[in-house]
Amino acid sequence: MIRLKVNGQERTFDGDPGMPLLWYLRDVAGLTGTKFGCGMALCGACTVHQNGEAIRSCTTAMKEVAGTEITTIEGIQPMHPVQRAWMEIRVPQCGYCQTGQIMQAIALLKDNKNPSDDDIDMTMSGNLCRCGTYSRIREAIHTASKELAGKERA
Amino acid sequence: MSIVENVSRRKFLAGGLATGALVLSARLVSKRLLVAHGEESAGAAAFDPTIWMSVAPDGTVTIVAHRSEMGCGSRTSLPLIVADELDADWPRVRIEQAIGDPKYGEQDTDGSHSVRSNFELMRQVGATGRSMLISAAAAQWKVAASECSTEPHFVVHKASGRKLGYGELATAAAKLPVPKKEDLKFKSRKEWSYIGKESTALFDLPDMVTGKAIFGMDAAMPGMVYASIEHPPVLGQKIKSYDDKAALKVPGVQKTVVIETVTPPHAFKPLGGVAVIGDNTWATFKGRRALKIDWDSSPHSSYNSAEFRKTLEATSRQPGKVVRNVGDVDAEFAKAGRPGAKIIEAEYYTPHLAHVSMEPPVAVAEYRDGKVLAWAPTQNPQAVQETIAGVMGIKKEDVTCHVTLLGGGFGRKSKPDQVAEAAVLSKQLGKPVKVTWTREDDIRFDYFHSVASMYMKAAIGADGKPTAWLQRTVYPPIGSTFDAAARYADDEMGLGWNNLPFDIPNHRAENGPADYHVRIGWLRSVANIYHAFAIHSFADELAHNAEKDSVEYLLGLIGPDRIVKLDLKGDEAEDDKSYPLDTARLRRVTEIVAKNSDWGKRPMGKGRGLGIAAHRSFLTYVATVVEVEVDAKGRVHIPNVWTAMDAGTVVSPDNIRNQCQGAAVFGTSLALFGEITATNGAINQSNFNDFVIARMSQAPRHIDVEVVKSEAPPAGVGEPGVPPFAPALCNAVFAATGKRARELPLAKMKLV
Repeated sequence: MIRLKVNGQERTFDGDPGMPLLWYLRDVAGLTGTKFGCGMALCGACTVHQNGEAIRSCTTAMKEVAGTEITTIEGIQPMHPVQRAWMEIRVPQCGYCQTGQIMQAIALLKDNKNPSDDDIDMTMSGNLCRCGTYSRIREAIHTASKELAGKERA
Repeated sequence: MSIVENVSRRKFLAGGLATGALVLSARLVSKRLLVAHGEESAGAAAFDPTIWMSVAPDGTVTIVAHRSEMGCGSRTSLPLIVADELDADWPRVRIEQAIGDPKYGEQDTDGSHSVRSNFELMRQVGATGRSMLISAAAAQWKVAASECSTEPHFVVHKASGRKLGYGELATAAAKLPVPKKEDLKFKSRKEWSYIGKESTALFDLPDMVTGKAIFGMDAAMPGMVYASIEHPPVLGQKIKSYDDKAALKVPGVQKTVVIETVTPPHAFKPLGGVAVIGDNTWATFKGRRALKIDWDSSPHSSYNSAEFRKTLEATSRQPGKVVRNVGDVDAEFAKAGRPGAKIIEAEYYTPHLAHVSMEPPVAVAEYRDGKVLAWAPTQNPQAVQETIAGVMGIKKEDVTCHVTLLGGGFGRKSKPDQVAEAAVLSKQLGKPVKVTWTREDDIRFDYFHSVASMYMKAAIGADGKPTAWLQRTVYPPIGSTFDAAARYADDEMGLGWNNLPFDIPNHRAENGPADYHVRIGWLRSVANIYHAFAIHSFADELAHNAEKDSVEYLLGLIGPDRIVKLDLKGDEAEDDKSYPLDTARLRRVTEIVAKNSDWGKRPMGKGRGLGIAAHRSFLTYVATVVEVEVDAKGRVHIPNVWTAMDAGTVVSPDNIRNQCQGAAVFGTSLALFGEITATNGAINQSNFNDFVIARMSQAPRHIDVEVVKSEAPPAGVGEPGVPPFAPALCNAVFAATGKRARELPLAKMKLV
């Protein structure tokens, strides 16, 4: 029996401990905001937070998340400045990869409050977007960074 | 009644997706009138506003989106046109996604024509509603309709200062006759409040950033089982034998089901293979790895990319079928011995590409009592109906296809083979089935963008300009997917080959035959990719040969402002009437990007260079300048891109910028990295490690887009940004390094 917390809620799982967290979230817990893109941690569509750190849920087995706290896009409440920036800059086209992008961006800004273009490129290059919204993602991260900085000063 | 079913199904399937149901009793136009109207103008194209929109007594306006959202904005743009003419308040508009149904006309969200083909129809729908609401208010106030006007969501009688909300008028308006089109009053361009404005974002934006948006991957039906399918590694291979004992021992795996191997024409039929059925997606993936299948050989088992390339190139050196002829290139080439005249030849090659939309193919379907209900991320729900009907021997009308959001499409999701797989499996299993393709399935079993070989030959006059230009293109055509005997690319000729816009007195375009060995399909901008690569690389080669500036030379090729006379047939001839090839527009976008990029004035250090290409596709004119920096290790960086797009009348300028920015990244992927190859008929690539698409660090850093202001009819937006990118990039690489790329991807070329 694996115990974990998902978006603040205690959960247990007694299925295949090798099942990737992604498929537990999507097929078992019904949290479909986290997306399947490659299954090999190559695209970042499945990005969630484990104890606040961004991880790829498609290659993280359930046994590896036992006793930890998982946050998915559904657990980002109320709306985060990153999400607001995504709306202001109108980042998404198809939108499929964007929840993973947003989870990665939130983690980036937690560690680096004022990232440079190069910092953003470095961290966000693990998240693929076939529609090609990268320049807007970079812009939105700068926008969110400014909002977060403003909040801290206030 | 299909919409009622639609709403209830949606609620049932997707929870919060649809919160307010359509209020049928308050439909703007009564069914009785609808029937009368239909009798008047028989046929599927009869205008019927009730299928497109309704106004509820609470003022909620529901507009039906009949085309799919895959990232190009169609699901927002078309309803926005209705809302503008209706003079609706956009925040009070709901969008209901249409099921597949011929009553909506053609529904294939491809070819960059959603807005182009529906602009006037959507305006008519909105203007009809507005007219009926005005009539209802005028009747209530006992004034002439001509004295009334609207402001968003209200009818206003200025003389008396009265106004009534659309919701208050809905029930009365629904009883009125539908006005004729010639009696409608359309807004003037100046009165448009949404079309061409910056104020409106994608309708689904809030759901997209919170994870609430429902894609095909997220669709579910109660009691469904999951399926993952081991397809034949080579197209057409049959199963000799298989052993599923180990697969069935995987926890969560229920059983395996064989799907018969497809026979040509492949169309959108299931490929065949062994499906692993399970309690969840992971179990089916794991079960598949434990399958042992012995495959027969296929006629395509001899397909090897390196050898196939030689065949294509050999064909391209032979005369082909003539698709456009101006003057006499042969006579001009024969004069090449004269002093000052010169012949230049070049061959270009581009490989197969895969679509790799971020959401792999996926679908849920249920077969019950001879009918199929499907939920799918499809660009073409009517193709879902037709395909499933054909495969299962049922009537098209008995297939209901709901359309989710698409996690990218790029042409892949015009082909609903995975939806048919789900339907076929559901019939065998007696319960709803969700089929999920892995990324490996997606890459190995795509409908590939064709591998292509182009041969170019020009005779150069004393002024450095070509006096004759021969272009020949060879590749397995998309037609082979639907007719195994098809060897010529008839349908692709309009995609940048039979419409060269250059001012050259002698010109011939040809197409040579080729056999297919994989399923060939449309990929964003399709044959324009290799056609534009060859034409605009060659143009730049000629510029350098003439020792002229590339922009100056290109403007010389485009020549004086004129309408280019084309020899076209069918739909292309029809398009040519409304959208003649106007070189002034091509010149203008070229001049804009030259100016925006400081062409000729921009400081270029070592290893830096600019390249340009200007190409018309999907009736839209686009020019792109790419700046590259080639580092000491030969890696290509793209600090800047400038694009100008003239797509005629524009619904959403910001969406155009987004599409062009995306096209630059898409172009980067195919120019630098993209290549699909086959060995003994099987595809060598499998995931993002070996089929590479641009990451943020590899994509252009800055992408400047200028949307050209135009009152011409609306043209394509989603695709036309792609074709000029690769040649502009390769021309920039030449400027930076002196190395000419005659094949893609550039990653294979040693630049230092």
